[in-house]
Amino acid sequence: MSVPLLEVDRVSKEFAMGGLLSRQHIRAVDDVSFTLQADKAEIFTIIGESGSGKTTLARMILGLERPTSGDLRFRGELISRRMSRPERLAFMAAVQPVFQNPFEAFNPLKQVDRYLFATARRFLPSPDQAAVEAAADAALVKVGLSLVEVRGRFPHELSGGQLQRVAIARALIPNPPLLITDEPVSMVDASLRMSIVNLLKALRDDHGVSVIYITHDLATAYYISDRIVIMQKGKVVETGPARAVLDAPEHPYSRLLKASVLSAEDAGAGKLGPATDLMALSDRLLGATESRLEQRQDGRAVRTYSELPAA
Amino acid sequence: MFSIFRDLVRYNIEFAIGVVLVGSITLFSLLSFFSPVDPTMIYVAIPDRPPSFEHLFGTNSRGQDLFWQLTFAFRNTLYFGLTVAVLSRIISITVGLAAGYLGGWVDRVLMFFNDIFVAIPIFPILILFYFVMRSNLDMFTLALIMACFGWPFDARLIRSVALGLRNREFTRQAVFAGMSPLKIMREEHLPYVMPIIFSTAMANMIWSIGLEVTLAVLGFTNINIPTVGTALYWANSHSALVVGVWWWILIPVILIVLTFLGLFLLAISLNEYIDPRSRLRRMGV
Amino acid sequence: MADILTVEHLKAYYLMNYFGITREVRAVDDITMSVRRNEVYGIAGESSSGKTSFIRVLAAAIRPPLRVVAGSARYEFDDRSIDVANAGPEAAEAIRWSHLSYIMQGSMSVLNPVRRIERTFEDFAARPLGLSGRALRQRFVEHLGRLKLPPEVLRAFPHELSGGMRQRVTIGLATIANPQFIIADEPTTALDVVVQKDVLSLIRNLQKEMGASVIFVTHDMAVHANMADRVGIIYAGRLVEEAPTRQLFTAPKHPYTAHLVASLPRIGDTTQRPALEGRPPNLADPPQGCRFHPRCPLAIEKCRQEVPPLATVAPDQRSACWRWDDVVPLPGSIPAARVPEPVR
Repeated sequence: MSVPLLEVDRVSKEFAMGGLLSRQHIRAVDDVSFTLQADKAEIFTIIGESGSGKTTLARMILGLERPTSGDLRFRGELISRRMSRPERLAFMAAVQPVFQNPFEAFNPLKQVDRYLFATARRFLPSPDQAAVEAAADAALVKVGLSLVEVRGRFPHELSGGQLQRVAIARALIPNPPLLITDEPVSMVDASLRMSIVNLLKALRDDHGVSVIYITHDLATAYYISDRIVIMQKGKVVETGPARAVLDAPEHPYSRLLKASVLSAEDAGAGKLGPATDLMALSDRLLGATESRLEQRQDGRAVRTYSELPAA
Repeated sequence: MFSIFRDLVRYNIEFAIGVVLVGSITLFSLLSFFSPVDPTMIYVAIPDRPPSFEHLFGTNSRGQDLFWQLTFAFRNTLYFGLTVAVLSRIISITVGLAAGYLGGWVDRVLMFFNDIFVAIPIFPILILFYFVMRSNLDMFTLALIMACFGWPFDARLIRSVALGLRNREFTRQAVFAGMSPLKIMREEHLPYVMPIIFSTAMANMIWSIGLEVTLAVLGFTNINIPTVGTALYWANSHSALVVGVWWWILIPVILIVLTFLGLFLLAISLNEYIDPRSRLRRMGV
Repeated sequence: MADILTVEHLKAYYLMNYFGITREVRAVDDITMSVRRNEVYGIAGESSSGKTSFIRVLAAAIRPPLRVVAGSARYEFDDRSIDVANAGPEAAEAIRWSHLSYIMQGSMSVLNPVRRIERTFEDFAARPLGLSGRALRQRFVEHLGRLKLPPEVLRAFPHELSGGMRQRVTIGLATIANPQFIIADEPTTALDVVVQKDVLSLIRNLQKEMGASVIFVTHDMAVHANMADRVGIIYAGRLVEEAPTRQLFTAPKHPYTAHLVASLPRIGDTTQRPALEGRPPNLADPPQGCRFHPRCPLAIEKCRQEVPPLATVAPDQRSACWRWDDVVPLPGSIPAARVPEPVR
């Protein structure tokens, strides 16, 4: 077995809030572990609502924050530590982010192609102008655009979908084996959304890029993911193969999420009754002090509790 | 470049007036290069003559043609104000951007020095320099000293803009594009800071020229160098108003007020033009 | 009974003149529709489709540079009738919160962060209700109860409440004076999936209880599928299709709608979803003829030249497409047989 691409090993992040006399400790991420293999590209989805810790986890993987405990290893090397500039650049050549807001990702006063060129100049072995432009064009073609279309444009001249594609192209220039995408389509229009989601699928299938896809949208997660992790208030509550978990979720929180997803299947029927019993149960389970992740046969793991906390 | 200028003159009345005022004063001061008289010589003309065709602004009690005297005065004063503005902008941009973007101990150290300079009273220091240097205090040295005091407020302003920009997503994207902190500060953040720089530059000029005039009137600068302040100093020491040589006081004052007005109008119109928000609005976002 | 809102040939443009450049952005370009009594009318459209400007006109909340250029938007309330597109500010002020209210997208933009909730309630509700003191407070507590919020919420500051609770408070503000017409502008977009369903069912229940009509604006088709009685699709400043919800989803008669409906991913279905080419048009310079033609898979020469009118093509269904007859549900849509009959 070759060295895994990414190892998240019992990672936790605690934040301290409040003043000197009344400090409160919040566990944004609590003992999360998973591994991505290097030999097979996959789309690994992290599902969570606000406050679930998914963004904090993404920031730790990108090296923007350091975990309070646990290790993060990329290709066997520890990344959860202070890195020197050359080490950081080497890491960025292999792990690139795509953020949520395509409009904010670009400086409104500057042309969008300069980020492509800057990335190419920094990460390519031979940064002469011709090579830089060729690399930018190649990356843009992968996302369905071209340098001719994008050259000289300002962010306000492009749509949300196009901007997000340029952002993905930029992330692809150093040929990273891993892409971290944080809610990449939530701010993109509905008619353009599926083209981005299909693009992520194509990146995995045709270009061998692994993607960590962070979202709260179960439907797109079902559509493209290989494996899935569901987080609630920092803890992993269920994980496993995406289709299996989403077709038949086991943990009450997972079931609550699925029950809350609005579907067009009941168009016109107006079925809006919230799953109040599941909501109450999930809330109760949050107060549990003892729990562990139990492995199941089909490759899933579900958080189980030694006892049910009082209502 | 030229089209921007033309647009501004055509559509922005404040800019047009500002250009006219500052332009005229600048042209006026440039005439000094063609002056037929030496500004340091005194009693070369009949003193206390009111304005006439021979002497456009009249003559002063020291026997100098006021018109040519003032061309030199304004040249030195404008050059002085510009020097202070440019030098202090350089310092405030460097300090502000570095403190805002880099944060940490860099920020703490820089703001420590910043606050010291805010607290030090400039007037006594300038007088101290005068007493130490006497007639060695030329315009450039004075400009240097003033520049060292003119940056702290604006540095804090720039720092707060930089702090806001640091957390925006395009900064993070620039980091992952491999741009060095210097490149990010210079290319991504500087454009956002430009409106502040321009408007504070004008305010700075008004401040430094005003301070120089004050010092000169009180006699705390080298009074042999013709500047607006020293002209007023001599007018005062010869009791111009009492004697009836009103043009010696009135004309320089009117001219300097027009200069300040012009600078102010330029500042606000340039500010509005350069402001990213209004530029974005103009681009049609 | 007359429709509660009748919009006729409404046009509202942004007219801007800056540094000698004149721009005319046709945000709302000839919309005609109506909302019936006791109905939830969903408006679907993407960003820069003009739906936000349209809503603002309906809410009597527009300011220059957005101006109504033509048309009317008439409300028929129980005690008065008002054309908000052409009425003055005093008339608009008189109906705000008492007859017509507005639920906005970000709850924090409505709730003053430095005032307690009850003060904000007083600011909004005291005048329309005509109550004060204990009677007013009693009404607040009663109303909060309907929203399943405890009375303690009144003494809290907005930041002390969770996102879901804040949005309920915003809904409470909009409904306390029993308005007959509510405009909801993406009220659940920023909320978590679980909270969203809760808030949506609350809005729906309140609407049924009060018998009010609601215009519900969102780009999320799944929300429309579950909330709306009828749905109108806005594209590039124009209404391109309008139909009862079930009909819209199972038998769309406009290519854009067909695409929107088919592109919704669903749990349990992994068929490849279609992607639409191109991008929404610039409202300052929209395409000639049908505004959707550059992206439309069914476009023909006629579409480039003539604007298709919004015509009735099926019972209670209107479509603005020359080839409406050729529109078929795309792969990925829900087959008509699977959708049960609507329960009312």
